[in-house]
Amino acid sequence: MPERLEVVVNGRARAFDVEPRTLLVHALREGLGLTGTHVGCDTGQCGACTVLLDGKAVKSCTVLALQADGCDVTTIEGIARDSELHPIQQAFVEQHGLQCGYCTPGVILTSLDLLARDPDPSDETIRHALRGNLCRCTGYQTIVDSVRAAARELREAAPS
Amino acid sequence: MIPAAVGYERASDLDHALELLGEPDAKAIAGGQSLLSAMKLRIARPAVVVDISRLPLRGIEVRGDAVHVGALTTWDELAAAPALEDPALAAIGECARGIGDLQVRNRGTIGGSLAHADPASDMSAVLIALEARARLHSRSGERTVPVAELFIGPFLTALAPGELITAVVFPLSPTGSGSAYASVDHPASGFPLAGAAALVTGDGRRRLAITGVADRPFPAGDDVRAALASADIFGDGFASAEYRRHLAGVVADRALERAEARASGGRT
Repeated sequence: MPERLEVVVNGRARAFDVEPRTLLVHALREGLGLTGTHVGCDTGQCGACTVLLDGKAVKSCTVLALQADGCDVTTIEGIARDSELHPIQQAFVEQHGLQCGYCTPGVILTSLDLLARDPDPSDETIRHALRGNLCRCTGYQTIVDSVRAAARELREAAPS
Repeated sequence: MIPAAVGYERASDLDHALELLGEPDAKAIAGGQSLLSAMKLRIARPAVVVDISRLPLRGIEVRGDAVHVGALTTWDELAAAPALEDPALAAIGECARGIGDLQVRNRGTIGGSLAHADPASDMSAVLIALEARARLHSRSGERTVPVAELFIGPFLTALAPGELITAVVFPLSPTGSGSAYASVDHPASGFPLAGAAALVTGDGRRRLAITGVADRPFPAGDDVRAALASADIFGDGFASAEYRRHLAGVVADRALERAEARASGGRT
């Protein structure tokens, strides 16, 4: 029996029906057409489906959509301002932080959770935070470089 | 992978949760980090999930001579809790910081992990070494059970049908105590091939517990080699029983060494 899901996604209130077994990732992709949140392993290992739920990084393939009722969800579609990329997106472009790009939305959302807690993380801290995000194109070095560059950019932009 | 069709009920308070959990094939869901994976694989097919995640069973509080941790407290909250900085409780945060990954730590709860009873659960070793007790509520009342007695087999607990873990209670150790957790993890899953927690108390007692090597986490008393010699240790394609036994001894030594350093005021 479908139930009503009311959720704020990328700042906009949305309401639609989902089956209780619907996972948050499918509600976002199929219910709202927000296909920037990727389904990778579908077993909670790879982190491609990571979104922010009330500001915290979660794997949206391992959350029931109804558990997000009344919550605030941020997906990769919600972080740029108008046509201007978010500094972390810009950093991934400049530091070559992606190749195929499949894992990138999840990596970026996890990194935003990290940077909200620690605006100046060490490389070790970045790697520990990204343990749940798998990249299968290359290594992780340029991803770490991108997060570090984004951290610097965000610190400089922040009012001191 | 999508779970089989299931009902969903959100509990408004503890009594409501216990009432809903009294229904046939009802299962409590909190962070869902273990249950949803099992439901997606259709290993678990509850008729209804009872969402307890919004109940006020969260937080860490020192009350008298014990620390009460609400069942819905997440790994992330345990990892950074000022109330757990006491060297005697240091194993809790140390262990929590290494569980899963950031996303799992944001959702996964201590009560959910206990109820899931994974034989390689990291925190279970810590709970057993620190002699924690699980507080259980049901419609017929409440009881507390030593965590070591909660596990009766792989993914099997002594919870009665309709019973819910509401808190975990750690007794405070005397001044001059220290605890630690050490493990060697499977590099892909992150679960321990062998994990050990140690508590050294100010009055000279030592307690160890082991996880990842048998059908359930178990207490190893103060003589880990003797406990490992008599334990029924399993082997698989990743590590033989002999290797796991050896590894358990190694991580027990590491945990003990760090617990002793913390007990004597060393910074580790």
